[in-house]
Amino acid sequence: MEIIAALGELGLGERLLTTPAALAAFSCDGLTAFTARPCAAVLAESTAEVVATVRACHATGTPFVARGSGTSLSGGSLPVAGGVLIALNRLNRVLSIDPESRTAVLEPGVINLDVSRAAAAHGLAYAPDPSSQSVCSIGGNLAFNSGGAHCLRHGMTANHILGMTVVLPDGELTTLGGPSREGLGPDWTGMFCGSEGLFGIAVEVTVSLIPIAEATATFLAAYDSLSAAGDAVSAIVAAGLLPVAMEIMDALAIEAAEASVKPRYPPAAALLIVELEGDRDTVAADTTALEALIAVSGAVSVTHTADPEERALIWKGRKSAFSAVGWLAPDYIVQDGVVPRTQLGRALAEVEALSAAAGIRVANVFHAGDGNLHPLILFDGAEAGALERAEQLAADILSMCVRLGGSITGEHGVGVEKRAHLPLMFSPDDLTLMGEIRRSVDPGELANRGKMLVPMAEGTAA
Amino acid sequence: MRHTIATDTLGPRGPALTAPIDACVHCGFCLPSCPTYVTLGEEMDSPRGRILLMKEVLEGTLELDSALPYLDNCLGCQACETACPSGVHYGELITGFRAHVEPVRRRPAAARLQRRLLLETLPFPRRFALAARLGRPARALAERLPSPLAAMLALIPDRLPPAAPLPARMPAQGPRRARVALLAGCAQQVLDPDINWAALRVLAANGIETVIPPGQACCGALAMHTGASERARPLARANLAAFPTDVDAIITTAAGCGSGMREYGLLLAGEPDAEAGAALAERVCDVATFLDRVGLIAPPPLPEPITVAYHDACHLAHAQRERTAPRRLLGAIDGLTLVEPAEWELCCGSAGTYNVEHPELARRLGARKAANLRATGAELIVTANIGCLTQIGLHLREAGVEMALLHTVQVLDRAYAHALKGAPPR
Repeated sequence: MEIIAALGELGLGERLLTTPAALAAFSCDGLTAFTARPCAAVLAESTAEVVATVRACHATGTPFVARGSGTSLSGGSLPVAGGVLIALNRLNRVLSIDPESRTAVLEPGVINLDVSRAAAAHGLAYAPDPSSQSVCSIGGNLAFNSGGAHCLRHGMTANHILGMTVVLPDGELTTLGGPSREGLGPDWTGMFCGSEGLFGIAVEVTVSLIPIAEATATFLAAYDSLSAAGDAVSAIVAAGLLPVAMEIMDALAIEAAEASVKPRYPPAAALLIVELEGDRDTVAADTTALEALIAVSGAVSVTHTADPEERALIWKGRKSAFSAVGWLAPDYIVQDGVVPRTQLGRALAEVEALSAAAGIRVANVFHAGDGNLHPLILFDGAEAGALERAEQLAADILSMCVRLGGSITGEHGVGVEKRAHLPLMFSPDDLTLMGEIRRSVDPGELANRGKMLVPMAEGTAA
Repeated sequence: MRHTIATDTLGPRGPALTAPIDACVHCGFCLPSCPTYVTLGEEMDSPRGRILLMKEVLEGTLELDSALPYLDNCLGCQACETACPSGVHYGELITGFRAHVEPVRRRPAAARLQRRLLLETLPFPRRFALAARLGRPARALAERLPSPLAAMLALIPDRLPPAAPLPARMPAQGPRRARVALLAGCAQQVLDPDINWAALRVLAANGIETVIPPGQACCGALAMHTGASERARPLARANLAAFPTDVDAIITTAAGCGSGMREYGLLLAGEPDAEAGAALAERVCDVATFLDRVGLIAPPPLPEPITVAYHDACHLAHAQRERTAPRRLLGAIDGLTLVEPAEWELCCGSAGTYNVEHPELARRLGARKAANLRATGAELIVTANIGCLTQIGLHLREAGVEMALLHTVQVLDRAYAHALKGAPPR
């Protein structure tokens, strides 16, 4: 093959992988329903190698997919069959931290949590905290504008990206944004961030850091219904409180977490996790206000803790919940729909009704403060037709989210998984325009082909 | 993860092979805890990557030979199981898979010889001691030997400590609180016989009578974890015959042996004595777990304070899920301060015969572990497995560091005897 020969010239040695086993290992990400074999995988160790690989792909018209830790839940880092997979996980150095300007410069393969670990020495942290933060990498966070429990107050990944060096789909190396927020001209970083890799590969990322809060308190409130917990979230925000995180888990999600990391949650139909942070006085005042709000919200029980170990366990339970449903069913589909926060109670009731009507169990664990639902649709793939029924239920839930004024994805991205649902939100004209913008940067549609937008190569125009 | 493996064609081991594949959701939470992924940075050398490879081999879409190098790289440390939110029993899969493919795999001559030497010496204390004595002069030739043989010679200790044979029974001191049977083990009994003696004395001091049943054999873990079930089964059966059922527990002093014996049910799956194997496995207990369960009689305060770093042996921390008991035991010694090394979950690279079969990877892991332990500033390193003690000692020496190393029961033993200070560097 032409591309293999071209990559062979790059002096990658054993880091150019073409054996069947190596390619099998890279054939899927965190969404195993989709698999594809690349023709080669490159374990890049420098920007120059990423540039050279992309140039080789461009010269031979070969599609390429960049991947960090391969944790995408939407198939965002699924290889293109016969394309090149560029693994960035070895580019995992924190290049610099500037405590004065509160910024860090990172390689794309740096694990999200490692940024906060490195910044901790300066009393700083990196705010966006996807549940997979112990594994997922900054490059993927940037490409998919990842969220996380604490994005309620701090904002998503895009709010923390200042600048980046990117390899465009033709192999050109360029810089977008810069070390500060003030820039002239179009917001190129804003366009690149969340574009699911369609404009190229970020090889160096400048992020902003936040000071570690002086005080933190985490509340666990148990409710006897999901909608009561959902209504409490609206009431807390309406009262003017802005917690850093507000999360809800239902009984099934709690059961999964207890089977897995045993966070010792109180038994409940719905559990609301609320976290406050700030200086000591603010947290003390907010604690009083929050306790009063929870007291009238119909909570069955409420506890709170400031103990770091207890808090870590609460969050470990929450952040392991997706994977932990592996205890409950052989297979699941995780959805990522968003509804306006005021519609939360109604949306949850509709999810319950849809689940009951379909006769399929759905576990709910979600970023309640953001109205970002994560229904986990449980099924057994060995059962005939089970996958199709689960997919139908997922589609019905997403339609409901859009109908209530929300969106089909909050943070996992469209990837391959939700591509078919994009017309729920965008007109054919919108999609055509998006395709044209994409092709103005990447005429051959080589970069992460097939994600988010239907490529020309698949027949119909996006 | 969905798959198309016909479980029923895999024999009695089938469910143990496919259940972990069913349970894995490929989320990647295992990646940062995997010593080979952290060291090599490639997906094929990660737990979820290996699960994908084993799935494809069993499905028939991937050639075994293509997958084997990556599967062989696995240390079997089971750190991925501790990290896994989905409850994947990876250890059962890799052990089962290795046994499943052993009959059809081909090895180069030097690797075949190495494997045979290991499996025919290590599990047999007399042969091992003899081999160590014979091998020592051959170390001069190491450079000219094929690398698998040279790696074995490098691990031969300069001297073997004299061993007083273990008694048939060690009575409890004071009123008897429990009665247990001890697995003497094989390699540990040659490399550091003091560990079992220390265990006997500590158990006795805690009112626990110990019997050392005659006729017992190596636990079989070494063979079992490298795919040689046909060698492991006779050893397990010897132990089934030797160990009495009227004791409160079967005590192991090497984490690897404990975890191996706890897998007898799986090893004997489909055999007539499967149930007996599973029943024995239930009664196996690490010495630290048992002492903690019975309740340690606190040793006298130390004459001088000492700082101790506890190293979690993978086969105790991950395979037996025991991290608290040894810490609680050590914490009961007045004057002993416990410090925690960074990256506790990462294997030291010993992993049974791994440091012989994969010397380069094992060396990198050993050096990393030694550096983490050294950074604690502790005066003494304590762990629960002879393999770790040997490996860490080797890499501390290579780094030019003089730090003492002891097994948990040796620390307790010395504390009871007012002799904790001054443990010689290993």
